[in-house]
Amino acid sequence: MLASIRPVLRAIGVTVVPEAAQLDEPQWVALEEIVRGALVSRPRALQRQFVLLVRAIQWLAALRYGRPFTALDPQRRERFLSQLQNAPVLILRRGIWGLRTLLLMGYYGREAGGRAIGYRADPRGWKARS
Amino acid sequence: MLLLERGPRFRDHEFTGRELEMAPLLYADSGGFLSADGTMTLAFARCYGGSTVVYTGTSLTAPERVIRAWGVPDLEHADLVTRSRRYLGENNVHLLPPEELNDNNRLFALGARKAGYAVEQFPVNVKGCQGSSLCNLGCPNQAKQGTNRVQLPAAERGGVEVVTRAEVLRIDPDRSLAVRVSPTAGAIGLPSEWAPGDYRVEAHVVICAAGTLGTNPLLLRSPLPLPRSLGRGFTCHPALIIVALHPQPITNDVGHPKSFYVDRGAEEGFVLETCMYFPFTTAKALAGFGPLHSAVMRAYQRQQQILVLSTDRADDRNRIGVDRDGGPVVHYRFAPDVVAKLTRGNRAAARICFAAGATHVHAPFADPPLIGARDAGRIDELIAARHWKPGKQSITSAHLMGGCRMGRSAADSVTDSWGRVHGVPWLRVADASLFPDALEINPYLTIMALADRVAEGVRAEVATLSG
Repeated sequence: MLASIRPVLRAIGVTVVPEAAQLDEPQWVALEEIVRGALVSRPRALQRQFVLLVRAIQWLAALRYGRPFTALDPQRRERFLSQLQNAPVLILRRGIWGLRTLLLMGYYGREAGGRAIGYRADPRGWKARS
Repeated sequence: MLLLERGPRFRDHEFTGRELEMAPLLYADSGGFLSADGTMTLAFARCYGGSTVVYTGTSLTAPERVIRAWGVPDLEHADLVTRSRRYLGENNVHLLPPEELNDNNRLFALGARKAGYAVEQFPVNVKGCQGSSLCNLGCPNQAKQGTNRVQLPAAERGGVEVVTRAEVLRIDPDRSLAVRVSPTAGAIGLPSEWAPGDYRVEAHVVICAAGTLGTNPLLLRSPLPLPRSLGRGFTCHPALIIVALHPQPITNDVGHPKSFYVDRGAEEGFVLETCMYFPFTTAKALAGFGPLHSAVMRAYQRQQQILVLSTDRADDRNRIGVDRDGGPVVHYRFAPDVVAKLTRGNRAAARICFAAGATHVHAPFADPPLIGARDAGRIDELIAARHWKPGKQSITSAHLMGGCRMGRSAADSVTDSWGRVHGVPWLRVADASLFPDALEINPYLTIMALADRVAEGVRAEVATLSG
């Protein structure tokens, strides 16, 4: 499902979480697997909308800047996604919210993502801190 | 007596506390069930013990003013207090001692007092709490005294047959239930007590206690002569999270996550509660994305978090329906007063964080959302309803209420004050669907008190109904 949109999805991923630029290939695969896993449990129509939105971002950027999203510099990518996030049309706003939420899930849902920010919750609770 | 539970029963060691592992197992749609227009996520559990497996165990008795305002004939606040008291005892509800409170909670209490708010400590229903902070992923130490630990095992010891992974598809007018038992998917959770397949269960009395997004859809897809207001008047305490950054690391992801609250429900329409969420849930709750979002996430060890809940009012346009497959659909429109309450709550939470010593506050209703301490005096100007756009910020809810409201007759409600469905005396409702309006506090104790009342009514009439 994600293979056809992988380059755009990764470009959006790095815009949402700049640290994702440091991920190696196995880490990207892990992130994408989380996104894919979250999507397959949702209705097919929603899965199609997700792919459509990622493709739309790539080409709407071309309309706006004369270059597709993947060819933009990081600042322009961020500005462009922010404009979509603030769009007057609800369906676009919630689409961007959903897309960034899935990418945040992919990045911070990995154990390495939690560790990187210092998340230390442990079933042993206080005992694990002593 | 037969109890049918849609979700599975988990073994103790299966509560690992890992966010992405537990969320899909315990919650519908991993806790991200979307309202129909996609502007709010709703969290509710599907497992043996229901949402009591994933709450934080905060145990508050219904406010007298709320029950009075509900105006349900024959429902007295004193009756709910008496019944609640029983569960306060049964579930070992108490205040945690000061040495078990973490910095995240202590800073909330300190900041709230400094900012002039009356702060109260949550009574919680834990026994042997290790302070894992993982309550919302199911306690890995079985310390939380939810129905999966207390009432359901007691019922089973008393002879009640419990069947898990059993979804009730429909209730028919001949008092029979169409039930589908699902096979075990994967290796986690015990298999159903019954073999997978379709069943028909005949009953004298049917009690729906499937939670607001279980009971309402079940009744809506059942061919029964039910009151027209079924599914209407849904309320949910729409909520968001404020994240503040302190200059130094604080204890936040260890210790019970929810120890204090500020109740401004009566005066300003919001309640503030301490909270601490897991990495992805925190990331989702923050507004926007990019470098600023990342900077707040990297400061996780310095984060103080506050949950802002608004007290929404029942409105018939906010309702539960069903989709083509009979699944729940929640139609919810944010009334202007809910946005105003969330704005006031945002501001109050920001004041509390700055009073507690925070250097920055991330407020979803500010644009840009990060406010520095030097701007603490401009909170009212910077945090404003005009910055809220449906579908942009994360609004969540875990207090799902209404749809089968109690009242006088089928003209104004779905059930009476004993959970009897008007016109169908053998059918009862015993969960938060009964609430005719928002409860304005964490609801589980009131749900149990009402369920206790429904059970008493059934016991009194069971001979007649069986005849």
